[in-house]
Amino acid sequence: MSIQDWIKNEVDTNDVVLFMKGTPNFPQCGFSGQVVQILDYVGAPYKGINVLEDEELRQGIKEFTNWPTIPQLYVKGEFVGGCDIIREMFQNQELQGLMSEKGVEVKKTA
Amino acid sequence: MSTKQTIADKLTTAFAPSYLNVIDESDKHAGHGGWREGGETHFRVQIASSAFEGMSRVAQHRAINETLAGELANGVHALAIEVNRPE
Repeated sequence: MSIQDWIKNEVDTNDVVLFMKGTPNFPQCGFSGQVVQILDYVGAPYKGINVLEDEELRQGIKEFTNWPTIPQLYVKGEFVGGCDIIREMFQNQELQGLMSEKGVEVKKTA
Repeated sequence: MSTKQTIADKLTTAFAPSYLNVIDESDKHAGHGGWREGGETHFRVQIASSAFEGMSRVAQHRAINETLAGELANGVHALAIEVNRPE
């Protein structure tokens, strides 16, 4: 399986996927860490994939969606954005709206 | 020419922005991945332009990233982007 096929399979078979540096429990980049905090706050279950574990993946994910930076968030197979976009969408409640629109169950925290 | 100036010039040419602020935030990332002595590795771009109207956020960011592809491939490690955000 090529790295592009592998990535496609991951975003198609998981509702919410975050390609990041480090892991959700131990982010190794401030930008990845911010998205982790937002997803945890929103209560969306997600799969975190550490691109630092595989150089081929680290390059491949940038080509996959024509996006030069990490983190990258995918919801139901669709690329949503990087750190700035996710933060902006979170702040004006759009991210929460997108999750429910796409049928992603989120934990109610409040 | 500094990288900061190159970024500002390229964005001005591409988008004729009504507002543009390029901030070198490299100091805030000292010692962190991608950082190097001398700065010019981490930038924040605040830009407003009618060119972005009607584009999705992803499309706006892609347009900026493509304009600065050369810088991103050569030393610029991180680029934070704020488009048409009210002050």
